[in-house]
This record gives sequence, structure tokens and C-alpha cells, in this order.
Amino acid sequence: MKKPYKEIIDLSWGDLQRAGVKPLSFVRQVICDSFPFIFFVEEQHMQVLAFSSELTPHSFSDVCLQNCIRKSFVSSGSYTATAGIPEIVHRVAEFITRQDGGIPSHPENIYISAGSQRALTNIVTILMNRKASPRTGILTPVPCYNIATLSMMAQGATVVPYYLNQEHSWELQIEELHRALESAQRVCNPVALYVINPGNPTGHVQSRKSMQEVIHFVSERSLFLLADEIDVYQDCFNGEKTEFVLMEMGPPLSDTVELASFHSASKGFMGECGLRDGYVELVNLDHTVMKYIYVLFSKDSSAPVLGQFALDLMANPPQPGDPSYPLYNVEMQNIRTTVADNAKRAVEVVNNMLGFCCQPVEGGAFAFPQLHLPPKAIEKAEEMGMKPDTYYCTRLYEESGVLVRPGSEYGQKEGTYHIRYIFQLTGLSCPFHINEHICNKLNCTVTSFHFTPFIFLFSRFCIATSADIMEELLKRLSIFHTQFMEDFS
Amino acid sequence: IMWRALTHAAMNGVPQRGKLLTLDNMNPKVKRVEYAVRGPIVQRAVQIEKELREGVKKPFTEVIKANIGDAHAMGQKPITFLRQVLALCSYPELLKDNQFPEDAKKRAQRILEACGGHSIGAYSASQGIECIRHDVAHFIEKRDGGIPSNPDNIYLSTGASDAIVTILKLLVSGEGRDRTGVMISIPQYPLYSAALAELDAVQISYYLDEDKCWSLDVKELRRALYAARQHCNPRVLCIINPGNPTGQVQSRQCIEDVIRFAKEENLFLMADEVYQDNVYAEGCQFHSFKKVLFEMGPEYSSKVEMASFHSTSKCYMGECGFRGGYMEVINMDPEVKAQLTKLVSVRLCPPVPGQALLDLVVNPPQPDEPSYATFMKERTAVLAALAEKAKLTEQIFNTVPGITCNPVQGAMYTFPRISLPQKAIDKAKEEGQVPDMFYCMKLLEEEGICLVPGSGFGQREGTFHFRMTILPPTEKLKLVLKKIKDFHLRFTKEFS
Repeated sequence: MKKPYKEIIDLSWGDLQRAGVKPLSFVRQVICDSFPFIFFVEEQHMQVLAFSSELTPHSFSDVCLQNCIRKSFVSSGSYTATAGIPEIVHRVAEFITRQDGGIPSHPENIYISAGSQRALTNIVTILMNRKASPRTGILTPVPCYNIATLSMMAQGATVVPYYLNQEHSWELQIEELHRALESAQRVCNPVALYVINPGNPTGHVQSRKSMQEVIHFVSERSLFLLADEIDVYQDCFNGEKTEFVLMEMGPPLSDTVELASFHSASKGFMGECGLRDGYVELVNLDHTVMKYIYVLFSKDSSAPVLGQFALDLMANPPQPGDPSYPLYNVEMQNIRTTVADNAKRAVEVVNNMLGFCCQPVEGGAFAFPQLHLPPKAIEKAEEMGMKPDTYYCTRLYEESGVLVRPGSEYGQKEGTYHIRYIFQLTGLSCPFHINEHICNKLNCTVTSFHFTPFIFLFSRFCIATSADIMEELLKRLSIFHTQFMEDFS
Repeated sequence: IMWRALTHAAMNGVPQRGKLLTLDNMNPKVKRVEYAVRGPIVQRAVQIEKELREGVKKPFTEVIKANIGDAHAMGQKPITFLRQVLALCSYPELLKDNQFPEDAKKRAQRILEACGGHSIGAYSASQGIECIRHDVAHFIEKRDGGIPSNPDNIYLSTGASDAIVTILKLLVSGEGRDRTGVMISIPQYPLYSAALAELDAVQISYYLDEDKCWSLDVKELRRALYAARQHCNPRVLCIINPGNPTGQVQSRQCIEDVIRFAKEENLFLMADEVYQDNVYAEGCQFHSFKKVLFEMGPEYSSKVEMASFHSTSKCYMGECGFRGGYMEVINMDPEVKAQLTKLVSVRLCPPVPGQALLDLVVNPPQPDEPSYATFMKERTAVLAALAEKAKLTEQIFNTVPGITCNPVQGAMYTFPRISLPQKAIDKAKEEGQVPDMFYCMKLLEEEGICLVPGSGFGQREGTFHFRMTILPPTEKLKLVLKKIKDFHLRFTKEFS
């Protein structure tokens, strides 16, 4: 089949390796090291490392895995303890402690699971009361990656949206949380607040102040806090607003804030999504409830062993002085730099395209540009029975072989709600390419405000890929977009 | 991580208040969820191991964990070929190494090509890597004498458990008297009872006949079903073959009877066949439900709706830690299937190494390939050892007065019946324990052997059992059997 391109560029997933980033050598070497090779099939079965020395200049024996295998680990083919290989769980707890400036993390509060979604499902199960009336509700952000919300809905929860503030780089605003909670209380029994930090898909990193406000909020309103931190890039922060400062003391709050914090080795620079490695840390939960959480996890048996290794290595990478450190460091720096460069380049190029506007990417693996489609394009989409951004992304894929995700999948404010939405712009310098007509109107009273219902549309694409692929993506996108805007002008 | 820091900080200097999430307001269904295989006795076993490490004196030096079907944990060696290919997939640099046979490299390359970014670290399609699903379909066709299998009906999963729970989620609905009822054997593998409790489905228990080697009688199915119709809407029939914990291998006639029953009573069949290679007893043979269904003719094969499950955790592979498995759905309504496909997408995808491993299980070395000889030798050895241990176990247990053991026809466990003196039963009640838990706990404390009490699997009222795996190496198994024999005699004397 003839197309104007030879290869699809698929940046629709948060999947570094799919996007072309190579796995870290160290991680994969450790995984192999856990496999005994039996090459001699005589009476004596010998365990032999199969690798010739030319291939592996770095010794495998420096891996921390060795410590792990000695104690409780038997084989990568074995089940493990329900919460994970105990030595690994301990090391993850130590890792968290280090990250949090010494605030201790307790291993018995940690469960490793086959992907963080599984852990999230188990925690939501505990919170749910299917037979309750009104139904159990969970406040979730908009935009939000839909896997999480779909999963909650599949379990019977009512998902109550709170809108992140686009004008302020997708910040979570406390007034909006209040509003959402008020609206929720009429239709369901809200039990939890789900936050994603850094935002997925927005990439926004919550400020410390914002997080303090949220803690106050959940405490005052007796909500369980579900903190999705799976997109945390430990030391990759693009943009200026990075504030991952570890706090020693916070404002005085009650100690009843109960929290489940989700993490994964799928993200970050390891990007081992396919190994399925996630964990949840539970803070301040009742002891009896914890016992039942154990039972829920136990019927899944245990998380895949290779995924547990990946998590361990994320928590304990090679240190300077270790034989594997030089190669590891080179590979990591490479990825780090590429992603940071990609982020800058993507934002730069996209902001120069007519109708496009892209917030700076501060954290996470995605850019989330917004796109104003001309009315003719919106009409055409309706004719075709598609949402406008889906129409755009579909044509982009067909004509340029570039696969990105339309924003309507994540939820966004409807065009019809724009009166209030735009009202918030008053007094701010408008970052968008909104036409003059609308900008003038902003000074009038809202009641006399008429505006062309431009629908602000978004797409998401993964910026964690090689520089070449990013250039190619931006090139194809530019060409396609210019033509598209011309066609519908 | 940041959240934790803030919360911890918030804990300082504030008076204690009650907990937000408590036993009273948490999901009430969860209170009924139990999973005995990893339950209280195992937790105590882990504690004892810790005490041993700390130097506490015990009448034994190690805890033998005969509670869980984990072959590698008991010393069974992984199959060389499987691990070679997995190593090549994990670290493709090794493709340059001459020590790896060509057939292993070929398979690794094929798998990697099918992965995003040519890496097992990328997410795969939610239903599983396409070429692997094709291989699974091909394997099923070969196994079932040519009966076609459609790759679109194959869903790879995180172990068979994942697929089983997914199908149950799809099937359970309704309220009150219309709530879905799911038929499952007593005794059963407690994943089923746990999942049904969590989903708030109605468990419909049908009893296997201990006197007839745990066989299944359709009359009993009918009895259970008709009784259940009074208070729920029975829609599903689950059957584990070969059985867990009981090990029975259903006869072909029995399988036909079950299929007939399912058709007559409009039940969705769930056939858990993860132990399909673990068949030991003479005269016993594994018959896949799908094969029998299709051999019964179009009247059945076009009507009966079914899901069959398989896994990489058992059989000769024993690769539990990889979490590989699949299900094949038969005659599912296309609209329902679309929903199933949507449902599995919420978990993103099954672990890719597990998918790769499954590919090798369904696509093992062929006679003309270099790895064939070694592979067959290893496979045969594992299965032969299990068969030997199955016989040994039955023999030895049956020499103990007070223990009756049915032949271990298949799977990996023995589920002998133990007679407990009344005094012991009374003592157990005093201590607030179910009698067979009391027995097993005592065995653990005195001999360091960890079994799972029969109450964890279900049993007829007034009877007691335990489940023990036959996985320890033969010499160790002999030792374990002797210790249990001695313990039982002691126990009986103590409480006479």
C-alpha cells in the first residue's frame, strides 16, 4: 500500500522503548544474570554464565541482585511473597526514605504489583461500596489519562471531574476542588480524591503550596488521597517550575490523612513498561484494613519477578565506582538530554504553528499542545461523525503516519462552557492565538459576550524518544498542519 | 513521594483522631474474601522462618513450604530452552553469542520483532502480542486434533488467574434474586471463592465425590443448580481439570456429561486446564473441554459458550514468577467480546516476558531442531519425577491409620482426609480455630511443615483434610511424609 511515508511514528503511548529509546544495558544484564544456564546435560548439571567476556566488559557480579538472591529469592520462575521479594521491598522503602529527605518509609506499607493499575484497582476495591446509595464517588482531574477513570468506573465508582486550570499551566486549584466536591455531594458519596503528579497528560508539576492545600482539603473533607505519581521522573525536570523539594515540616494538620501513593518503573528513564512493575505505598491506614488489603493482593499471587528486579534497579542504580556505572551513566545522560532537548524543541516548533499553543513541559513524558481548529474543520468532523480532535488526529495518522492521541480521550472543557472559562482570562495576558474580536470582547460584561465557539482541542504526544524521531515527527506535523489549515481556512 | 512527606509532617503535634477508612466503612464484600494458599498459616510459617534466622531454637532447622504450587521454589530446575530464549529476548546483545543454539535465537528474534521498539520492555497490545496469539491458536489446533482455533479468540493474561477473574467480572451482574450464581466444585482452588466474594456473586457449590476418587457426578450438579435457582440466577459453571486441590482427571464421559448439562441449563462453561500436562495415573488422560465439545457435533459446538484457561506456572515449566497465561473464548457473542476486549485494555497489557515464555510453551523445539533432545529429556524428567512422587505420596499416606488418600491422578497436590479425635475438635473450638487449621498449625510449630488446611478449599461438613504439594525433591518428600505420619500418630494419641 502506497503512502507518503515509510514508517509509522507512534508516540501515542507513554512508552519510551516503543518510541525508540533503548533499554538500559545494566537492567537487562541483571535480568539475564538471574537465569541459570545449564549447558552440560551430563550427570552434573552446572550453572554456567553463558556470556563470553568480549560481550560483557562489565562484570555481572557487582549487581545488587546477588544480595537479593542469597536470602529469600530462589528463581525468577518462582512466586514471591505477596507484597514482593522482601529484600526488594526493603530497598524500595529505603529509596523512598532517601527521596523524602530521611522521613522513614515502612516496608510493610508497600505492595509491589504487576503494574500500578493493579494496585490502584485493589485500593479502589477497598473504598468501594457497591450497594451503597448514593454511590461511592472519586474526584478525578480533567484532563486525565483515561485508563485510571475507566478502571474506577468499571468498579462501579462515580467519577466526579475537577478541572485543571489551563491558563495556569494546568494547575490544580483548590476552589475548583471545592466546587467539584459540592457538585459531587448531590449525586454520590465522595470518598476519595485522585491526583496525578506530574500531570498525565499535562506534564504539570504541582507546586508545594498546591499540594499543601490539597492535604488541608482532604483532611477537612475526610477524603482518602490517591496520589498517582507513576510519571515521576526522578531527576528529569524540564522547564523552570520544578519544585520537588522534600519537606521536613509541613503546616500542622491532623494525622488522619490517609494516603495511597502509586509509582512505577514503567516510567522514568528505565521505561520498562512491558515488565509490569509498579508499587503502592500506604500511609496512615488502619491496621485491620491493611490486613484485608493483604488478602486482596494475595489472590493475585505475586508481581512478575522480572518487573520486581526492574523496580529494585530503579531504586538502586549503579553508583560511581561500580563497574557498571560508566556505561549506565552514559546511557542515562543520553536519554535525559534527549528528552530535555525534545521538550524544548517540541514546544518551540509547535508554538510557531498557526492555531497551535503548547504549554512548557515541566515533567512527565508528554507534550500537550492545544489546537484551535477553524470552524470549517469542526463542521467537517461533525459530518464525519467524529469529535474534531479525533478527526484531526485521524487525518494526521492517515496522511503523515504520525500517531498521537486526541485530547477528547482525556476530557476537556466543552466549547459551550467557554463563557465562564474565558471569563477567567480577564486581566491576564492571553497566551493563545485567539482572534482580536474575542480579545476585545473580554472587556465587556459577560452577558453581552458572544464568541465564535472555537473548540480548544488537544493532542498528546510522547517526547521521550530519540532526537531523530522527534525531528521527523515535527517535520511531518508541520507539513500536514500547514496544509490542513489551508484546506479549512 | 512528596505527598508522603507532607502527610508525615502533618502528623506532628496533632491529637489522635479516628481513622478515615475502617472495617466498618470499607467495602463490606472484602471481609468475606479469603485466600487460604497465602493465608494465616503461611504468614505464621514466614514468621517462624524469621525466628530461625534469628537463631531461635526449634525442633527443626527449616520450614518446608508445601503449601503453594511453586515448583522452582522446591528445587525444580527451569527448562533450559525457555530460559535461553528469555535471556536472548532480555538482552539481545547475546544474539551474537555462539553458545546459544540457533532455534533459540530464531524464536527470540521473532518475538522481539513483534514487540514495540523491538524490546520486551514496551507495552504490547492489551490482548497480547499478535504473533504469540497465533502460535497459541496453532498449538490448540494441534493439541485438539485439528479443530480450528481463531487467534482473535485468544487473550493473553497475567497468569491464568487474571483471565479467570476478568471473565467472572464480565459474567457477574444483576441484583437480589437475579444476582449471578457461579457453580464451583467443593473442594476448589480458593481464587474462585475469593473472586466470587469480591464480586459479590453467589457461589453455588457442587460436591466432588471423595469415595469415587473425587469424580464429578452430573446428578450432583443438578441438585446444586436447582437449589440455587431459588435465590439467584445461575449462569456459570466452573470446572478445574485436572483438579486443584484434588488432582482428579475427569474421564471423557464425564466431560461430555458436563457439556451436555451446561447446554441444557444454559450455563457459561469455565474450564480451568492449567494442569493439562500433569497427568500421572494409568488409564487417565487429559481431554480438553474444547476438543470434546467439538467432537460432540454442531448441536453443541455452535451453542455452548465457554472459556478455557492455561498458564505457564504449572505443567513441566513451573514458571510461576513470569505470570504467563491465556484464555480461549468459544462462541462468545461478538458484542460481549468487544466489551471483553475493552475490559482487558484497562490493565494495559500482560507482562511481556510472560507472553514470550508462553510462546515457547506453545511452540517448543521440534524434532528436527538442535534443542529438541535436551528439551524433551528435561520435560520428561520433570513429569516422570512428579508421577513418581504422586504414587509415593498416595502409598505412604495410606499406611497411616487415620489418613486416607485418594490416588493423585494429576496436578501437583494431594488432599488426604484426616480423622481427628473429638477431643482435638473440641480443643480447636476452644482456641477459636477450625479443626484442620488447628491440626496444620500444630504440625507447622512442631515439624516446620507448612500445609494448607482443607477448610481453605471447602470440604463436606464434618470432614477434615489438608492440601500438600508433591513438589519437594523425592528424598525430601519422603522425609516430609514420614514426619507427617509421625505427627499424625502423635496427635491422635495426644487427643485420644
